[in-house]
Amino acid sequence: MQPLEAQLKQFVIDNFLFGNQNGFKNDHSFLERGIIDSTGMLELICHLEKTYQIKVQDSELVPDNLDSVNRLAAFVLRKQAAETMGASASAS
Amino acid sequence: MCGITGCINTDGRPADAALLESMVGLIRHRGPEEAGIYTNKEAGLGHARLSIIDIACGQQPMSTQDGRLWITFNGEIFNYLELREDLVAKGHRFETRSDTEVLLHMYEEEGSACVKKLNGQWAFGIWDTKEHKLFLSRDRLGVRPIVYTQTANSFLFASEVKALFADPSVARRVNFKALDQLFTFWFPLPPQTFFEGVFELPPGHSLTFQNGKTDIECHWQMDYTPDPIGLRSEQDYAEELWSILVDAVRLRLRSDVPVATYLSGGLDSSVTTAIVKHFTDRRLRSFSVTFDDPEYDESSFQNEVVRYLGTEHQEVRCSYADIGRVFPDVIWHTEKPILRTAPAPLFLLSELVRNAGFKVVVTGEGSDEMLGGYDIFKEAKIRAFWAAMPASRFRPHLLRRLYPYLSNVQNQSDAYLRAFFRVHPGDLDSPFFSHLPRFELTAKLKTFFSDDTRDAIKGSDPVSEFAKRLPVDYPKWDRFLQAQFLEAMYLLPGYILSSQGDRVAMGHSVEVRLPFLDFRMVQFASKLPPSLKMKVLNEKYLLKKAAGNYIPASVRNRHKQPYRAPEGKSFFSGNFDYVADLLSPEGLGKGGVFNSAAVSMLVQKFLAGRAIGVKDNMALTGILSTQLAIDQFIHNFNAKTSKEPHATTRSAVKTVCDR
Repeated sequence: MQPLEAQLKQFVIDNFLFGNQNGFKNDHSFLERGIIDSTGMLELICHLEKTYQIKVQDSELVPDNLDSVNRLAAFVLRKQAAETMGASASAS
Repeated sequence: MCGITGCINTDGRPADAALLESMVGLIRHRGPEEAGIYTNKEAGLGHARLSIIDIACGQQPMSTQDGRLWITFNGEIFNYLELREDLVAKGHRFETRSDTEVLLHMYEEEGSACVKKLNGQWAFGIWDTKEHKLFLSRDRLGVRPIVYTQTANSFLFASEVKALFADPSVARRVNFKALDQLFTFWFPLPPQTFFEGVFELPPGHSLTFQNGKTDIECHWQMDYTPDPIGLRSEQDYAEELWSILVDAVRLRLRSDVPVATYLSGGLDSSVTTAIVKHFTDRRLRSFSVTFDDPEYDESSFQNEVVRYLGTEHQEVRCSYADIGRVFPDVIWHTEKPILRTAPAPLFLLSELVRNAGFKVVVTGEGSDEMLGGYDIFKEAKIRAFWAAMPASRFRPHLLRRLYPYLSNVQNQSDAYLRAFFRVHPGDLDSPFFSHLPRFELTAKLKTFFSDDTRDAIKGSDPVSEFAKRLPVDYPKWDRFLQAQFLEAMYLLPGYILSSQGDRVAMGHSVEVRLPFLDFRMVQFASKLPPSLKMKVLNEKYLLKKAAGNYIPASVRNRHKQPYRAPEGKSFFSGNFDYVADLLSPEGLGKGGVFNSAAVSMLVQKFLAGRAIGVKDNMALTGILSTQLAIDQFIHNFNAKTSKEPHATTRSAVKTVCDR
């Protein structure tokens, strides 16, 4: 299993850059580099929800959470932790 | 409406009648009813005729009585009866009732300046046997096409590129600079075409070719001199608009064959159809495109207009597979890559019209450009308003007013909506402020270019190239007028009137007539204050006011929905061999323009159902249409043309040989 950052980076490269990495780095802003447009946002959210079993709330749709590979990875980890805690809290 | 061709030899050879016949043969779809050739000891003209005015006597090429001037003409001069009266008063004698003969006498009387008096849509060539001079002219807005090229020993022109390629000495190569422009703006900057060495005469220009030298002059250029606000009342402007439009429609009903209308369900074609209905006593037939996919279908609005106006209506219903099926034929007619599939349903519509027995249709095209209808104008207005006070919390809320028909935009959070539409530093100073988002989005498609293509366009800068062509007064114009200029003078001829207009209509021998592009309407619109075109965010405000109850209120008040057609699904829902072949690594390698690995990833994304956005769909359409253009015009041109139904019908060609 690849580390989370590598998985997310690969998704962006395959899905939005069609293999043309062109020096793309984990801290590059998707917006600044024009990598993700309005449709890309929807694709990204669908991918996160499906692949990492998280639910992205409307209030979380902000660049601070989603605008680079590093931010995405941190967001996914936070969400997974929160949802696991929520699940164990409700199980107990 | 017709097809025209010509060839001037520069090496002393007599004109080659066989070549002219082949040239005409390749554009017989533009005029299947008659064909004619004129040749003399150095020059020849060819003509394929769609008979609309003076059916019995309007054959071409046509000459003056003394045989000095010969003309081949495509189009219509709508004010020909008025011009003819003036000419008769000056002593000219006429043998036919045709507008072609009027044009010939106009040139005889006034030379190249005669085009300034024409109200029409034209592309013609006149050969002066005494001066050994060719004169070509194209209408102001580029409704009718002319392309030309020069070989070592001849100058050739035609309505379409394929006719030039009938001469085997004309090289058939991709123009990479034009490709780069097309994948930025949606069109190559004229006179460039998709093919290296083949040029189009820009709209509003004339060309003379004499003694081996080509001279191009501009006979008309759009200029905006809006009246000061308050000079006239809104009512006054609305009444003038309506009276010009009514007369523009009236002139366009001048025809010796019946005229029908296109009806999209939007404001413009409803207005033109309503005028035809209310101001003529003709039995009115209307035609429209509908879609299986409800996202694109406007049949409810169309039906409402049909009921309201009582037209006799027919529609062609378009499935995904229909679009995929006709797409290769569409590219054969557009003769350049396209980034949207929207021309394909219009190609099917012209087939329906032709099969119903009509060859002339009035359409609403040109209204958005002249009277301020496009969303790109609204987007620019909102973005500029927000940029004037970037900290405002209220202003970006207006972004929600944009693109109500695009769920991908409407579903964004406020934060992302602001991020996508934000104004970057320096954008407001750009002459292309309104169009930068479109240019930037389109240019992203170049990610699919191969290394060879990247090398071929290295150092080219389409946006700077474009900026050099803007008129001197452009910086003085209101930003709204600048945006209008870019749409009216570039996208309109480069895509709307060509790929989505003339080419797909003429593909089935149907002529489109466009009242909103009547020269008097263009002049009127150039003086109209921008605030009456788009009042705050209400597009085509004055037209709606002028139209009043001639159209249903629901159509007058609906939000504009641009005409669009399904893309990706059209190509992957029918097992089309050409799609598989041209998108395969071998097909892409042969084409040479695109990176095979990148395109494969795009195709996989489509097959997985994940390609839902504008960019991916434009990319697929652009790649496939480029591949088709290369395949049909460069690699397999001879195989393709040998199958063309009209290419070999030479027996029907009337030849005049003047030695």
